[in-house]
Amino acid sequence: MSDTGVMAPIRERLGRRPAQFGGLYAGNARAVIERGFRVIRTQNWGVIATGFFEPVFYLLAMGMGMGALVGAVPGPDGQPISYAMYIAPALLATSAMNGAIYDSVNNVFFKLRYSKLYEGMLQTSLGPLDVALGEIFMALFRGLLYAIGFLAVITAMGLVTSWWALAMIPVALLIALGFASLGMAVTSFMKSFQQLDLVPVVLLPMFLLSATLFPITVYPEPLQWGIMALPLWHGVELMRQLSVGYFDGETLGHVAYFVVMSVIGITAASLRLRQLFLR
Amino acid sequence: MSVIEARGLTKKFGDFTAVDAISFEVAPGESFGLLGPNGAGKSTTMRMIGGTSLRTDGTLTVLGLDPETHGPEVRASLGVVPQQDSLDEELRARDNLIVYGRYFGLPMDYLKPKADELLEFAQLTEKANAKVSALSGGMKRRLTIARGLVNEPRILLLDEPTTGLDPQARHILWDRLFRLKEQGVTLVLTTHFMDEAEQLCDRLVVIDHGRIVAEGAPQALIRQYSTREVVEVRFGSARNAEMEGVLREMTDRIEVLPDRILLYDDAGEALLDEINRRGLNPLTSLVRRSSLEDVFLRLTGRSLID
Ligand SMILES: Nc1ncnc2c1ncn2[C@@H]1O[C@H](COP(=O)(O)OP(=O)(O)OP(=O)(O)O)[C@@H](O)[C@H]1O
Ligand SMILES: [Mg+2]
Repeated sequence: MSDTGVMAPIRERLGRRPAQFGGLYAGNARAVIERGFRVIRTQNWGVIATGFFEPVFYLLAMGMGMGALVGAVPGPDGQPISYAMYIAPALLATSAMNGAIYDSVNNVFFKLRYSKLYEGMLQTSLGPLDVALGEIFMALFRGLLYAIGFLAVITAMGLVTSWWALAMIPVALLIALGFASLGMAVTSFMKSFQQLDLVPVVLLPMFLLSATLFPITVYPEPLQWGIMALPLWHGVELMRQLSVGYFDGETLGHVAYFVVMSVIGITAASLRLRQLFLR
Repeated sequence: MSVIEARGLTKKFGDFTAVDAISFEVAPGESFGLLGPNGAGKSTTMRMIGGTSLRTDGTLTVLGLDPETHGPEVRASLGVVPQQDSLDEELRARDNLIVYGRYFGLPMDYLKPKADELLEFAQLTEKANAKVSALSGGMKRRLTIARGLVNEPRILLLDEPTTGLDPQARHILWDRLFRLKEQGVTLVLTTHFMDEAEQLCDRLVVIDHGRIVAEGAPQALIRQYSTREVVEVRFGSARNAEMEGVLREMTDRIEVLPDRILLYDDAGEALLDEINRRGLNPLTSLVRRSSLEDVFLRLTGRSLID
């Protein structure tokens, strides 16, 4: 039987794909991304705007409000900076984390279990890896929009003092990639909505402790070491250094932390794809 | 060569065995039915064929490939209509068809006219730009069915396709399915409507508790598992039980259902005459030919319409 019809060239292309992908990847994450943009086009912008305003409100409340009480604090290079300048980069790092986790845990779980979106996608020639890559891309794209918006706000408020601050945008994406990939791997273990409630139980203390609102030197040394093992602390420190254009030996360490975290996250998520999507 | 071949196909969820070592083959162009009561394992079997549920044991090939290791390639030839609509709630009706086609890698210049053609088939042309959430249940069902045809599949998996459809929509679908069958498309369907199974299926299997309990063409199954005719009598819920004893004497096999009693006999009219002659006075009575429903009742001990 000769293969004719509209799917013939597609079947032929899929048939030539290397076997090591084991039916997980069709090389068509593009279609998932296309769908994401179509949704953004039809969505009301209010939904998207909320993710942007959250760190701005924090900045206004804590930076302006608390800042009036706190006064100047020492910056990364030891020079005194305003409290708003101190927390603004930390808020950007935190919002990159929160957005990535929300997209890769809550959103993925909902789309798997309730909206059946992924079920629909996987009834087609897409493989689980196409879906995962497409969704991570969309999460990073949203992160990009928020990062640009927030950077514009803090620049307008005079809270950054160096051109290096532009590098906060790709760094926000790197932070998001680390958390999103790891988040997806974690989601593959989730069975119920109750388990999702554990996520803020982990993230909130990490946010409060990771030198976001005050330096970690206030803690006893053993706790400091513990905090330095957490990813958000590296993100916060890196962002803070970029905001004033000051670097030291630790800078590359922070970057390396997220590169390693992303590699581990992507590997773990890939290994868990079957458990995540094909139950 | 068969287009689908399952050997000892098994699916366990934890300790629970949903599909228990079933074996079957589906020939090219055949329309093959899976019947069985709720929870029998029909949908699970369908999902394994599409490679979206991993089997626990056994072998399965679809168009000569294992759907677990060649999912995208197998599904390129598959049209899937799942039991529960999996439409994209965030997109409009027409965009659902186009985006779904893109997942297969189909080009836009094919998809645009195809989407319009499918909308017309689903009688949703007026709703092309409606959000999915604004469609009625039956409309969503029609859109799901239309979506399953976007890649011109060689094998169509239909899991209770007509549940929720009005009679007109059901006949439009049957008509389309007949035409696809003429073009050589293989149909695999589950249904709880026995008239549908008799109309559409060349051959079917009855599944119960994850096992195949019977297999054959609809007419052959009726001949094998039921009598030529059936007498249905109603005495009202109070008297049904008390009549059971008398009626059981009169023929080889009877089934007492909550609302009626079925008597299986090759000569139905004669049996009904006898019932009336004895003055048993059923409230209503009728003689009909055996159907798949009777086969189902016999094999699973359950009425199909739960
Ligand atoms: N994801 C799952 N986790 C655990 N058990 C499951 C899962 N999916 C199905 N089951 C169980 O497997 C059995 C078969 O389910 P399946 O959906 O295949 O039945 P079905 O024959 O399609 O029934 P119906 O006619 O109601 O659609 C049921 O007992 C069901 O509870
Ligand atoms: Mg089912």
